[in-house]
Amino acid sequence: MRRYVLRRLLVAIPSLLIASLIVFSLPRLLPGDVVQLMLEEKAYGKDLDDLRAKLGLNRPMYIQYFEWLGQVVRGDLGESLWTRRPVLEELARRLPVSLELGVLALVFSILIAVPIGVLAAVRQDTMADYAMRSMAILGLSVPGFWIATLAILLPAIWWGWSPPIQFTTLTQSPWAHIAQFLLPAFILGIASAAALMRLTRGTLLEVLRQDYVRTAWSKGLRERAVVLKHSLKNAMIPVITVLGIQVAQILGGTVIFESIFGLPGMGRFLFDAINQRDYPVIQGVNLLIVSVVVLMNLLVDAFYAFLDPRIRY
Amino acid sequence: MQSHPIEVAPWGDRTIKKNASPNRALLIATSLWSFCRHKPLGAVGGLIVVVLLLLAVLAPWIAPYSYDETIPGARMKAPGAQFWMGTDNLARDVFSRVVYGASVSVTVGFGAVLLANLLATFVGVTSGYFGGAYDIAVQRVVDAWQSFPFLVVILSMMAVLGPGLLNLILALGVLGAAAGSRVIRGATISVMQNTYVEAARALGAGHLRIMLRYLLPNVAATIIILATIGLGAAILAESALSFLGFGVPPPYPSWGAMLSGSGRSFMYRAPWMAIWPGAAISLAVFGFNMLGDALRDVLDPRLRGGGGRPVN
Repeated sequence: MRRYVLRRLLVAIPSLLIASLIVFSLPRLLPGDVVQLMLEEKAYGKDLDDLRAKLGLNRPMYIQYFEWLGQVVRGDLGESLWTRRPVLEELARRLPVSLELGVLALVFSILIAVPIGVLAAVRQDTMADYAMRSMAILGLSVPGFWIATLAILLPAIWWGWSPPIQFTTLTQSPWAHIAQFLLPAFILGIASAAALMRLTRGTLLEVLRQDYVRTAWSKGLRERAVVLKHSLKNAMIPVITVLGIQVAQILGGTVIFESIFGLPGMGRFLFDAINQRDYPVIQGVNLLIVSVVVLMNLLVDAFYAFLDPRIRY
Repeated sequence: MQSHPIEVAPWGDRTIKKNASPNRALLIATSLWSFCRHKPLGAVGGLIVVVLLLLAVLAPWIAPYSYDETIPGARMKAPGAQFWMGTDNLARDVFSRVVYGASVSVTVGFGAVLLANLLATFVGVTSGYFGGAYDIAVQRVVDAWQSFPFLVVILSMMAVLGPGLLNLILALGVLGAAAGSRVIRGATISVMQNTYVEAARALGAGHLRIMLRYLLPNVAATIIILATIGLGAAILAESALSFLGFGVPPPYPSWGAMLSGSGRSFMYRAPWMAIWPGAAISLAVFGFNMLGDALRDVLDPRLRGGGGRPVN
C-alpha cells in the first residue's frame, strides 16, 4: 500500500508539471495586456516598456516559466501585479472560505445522494423510484446560478429578507459564520447530489444483479444486510471516483457562488484576476486548485482498496 | 465465420431488423409507441426535446417580436395577454427572446456533444485497448486536463478564441471530452475481459477490427448515455458562461445572458425577467436528461428486470 501511494505520488509529478505549464501559459494567452490595462487605469509608469521591464514581463516566456517554477518549488507564488501583495498570503486568507463552502457542499450532496440512491435502487420501478429519479433529474437540470438568483430575489420581494452582504468571520460570531455558508453550499451541492444519486442507484442496481447477491438472498439474509453490507460497499467504487471529479467541479462552481453571495473566497479572487489579467494570481489559484484535485484523486484510488479487498496495490 | 456470438446491446440482432418487415415505418411507429407506453417519463422528455428543436428552427415564425426589437412604451411590463412573459428593462418581449434563445442552446448543445464524444471515444477506446505506455501518457494528460476547474479553462479558452457560437462549441467540446474519455476507457477495459474479444484475437482479427466490431458496439450504450447527459450539461455550461458574460455576444439572446448583467438590478421590480429564462434552461435540460435516462434503460439490457431478488 505504501509503495503504491509513493508510486502514485511519483506519477502525479508529470501530471502536475503538465498542469503547471497549462497554468502558466493559459493566462498569457488571454488577449489584452496587463501593462496596457495598468497604464490606462492607474498610470503606474512612464511608458509600456518601462513598466514591462519593472514587472519582469519583457523577458522570454520560457525564462519566465522556469523562474516561476523555481519560485513555486520554494513555496513562493509571487505577488499580485496590481496590489503587490504576496499571492500566497492572499490565498491563505481566502482558501479557508472556499474550502468551507466546498466541503459543506460535498457533505450536503453525499447526505442527500447516497440514502436516496439506495432507496431508489431497492424500490426499482415503484412510484417512489420514479419520484426520486425525477427529482434527481430536476436537480441536474436546474442551473445553480438561477436557483441562487431566485433564492436572493424571491425572499426579498415577498418578505423583504436578503442574505447578509457583510462577511462574518468565525471569531466574530461562529453561528452567523456557518449560517452564511448554508444556503450557497446547499445550492452548490444540489447538482452534484443529483449526479451522485443517479450513479449510486445505477451501480447498486448492477451489483444487485450479481451472483453473490443472489446467494445472499437465497441464504435468507435480511434486505438490510444484503443491500447495505453485501451490495452498497461494492457499488460505492464508481461513486467515489465521481466524487473525486465532483471536487474539481465544486471548486469551479465556487467562482459563480462566491460572486453571487459575496463570499471573499478563491473563486472570486480568480474571477477578478482573470478580468484584470493578474498573471501571478491566476497561476497561483489554479496551481493550488489543481494540486488539491490531484491529491484528491490519489486519495480516491487509495480508498478503493479499503472498499474492495479484492483490489490490492 | 458466421455472425458474431456477441451481445450487440444497442441494436439488437441486426439481421432480423433488416429483413423482417417490409414496412419500416410501421416498425418504427410500433417501437415508438411501445417506448411511450413503457417509459412515460422518457416520452415526456422526448416531447420537450422535440418542442425545443421546433422552437429553435421556427423561432422567426413563432416569436411575435424580434429578439432585439424595442417596443415603445412597454418597458418592464408584467406578463399579460400582449406580452406572455412580460418585457425587460430595454422594452423587449421576453417570450420572443426566450424562443430565439432556444436556437443558441440547441446549436451549442449538439455541436459540443458531437465533438466531445468523437474525441472521447477515440481517446477512450484506443487508450483502453492498447494500454501500456500509450495509455499511461494519454491518461496523464487527461488527468491534468480534468484537474482544472472547468470554468477557468473555459473562460480562458473563450477569451483566446473570442466570443461566438462556433468558438463556444469548440471550447465546450474539447473540455467535455476528457471526463467522457475516462468513462469510455473504463467501459472498454471491462468489455475486453470478455472471452469473445479473446476469441476474435485468436481468429486473427486486427486491432482496427477488434476495436470497431467488438469493442465499439459494446461501449455504444455508454457513449449514448454520455451523449444525452452531455447534451443537458453542455446547455447548462453555455448558460453559465453566458451568465458570467463570456458566451454568445449580445444582443443575441442566450438564456444564461438574460439572467445576468445589467438586467439583474431590475429584477427586483420585474421578477419575470429572472424567472422565464431560468425556467427555459431547466426545462430544456430536464427534457434531455429524462430522454437520456429512458434511452439508457432501453439500451442497456443489464439494467432490465429483477435479477436475483425474491418476488414479494
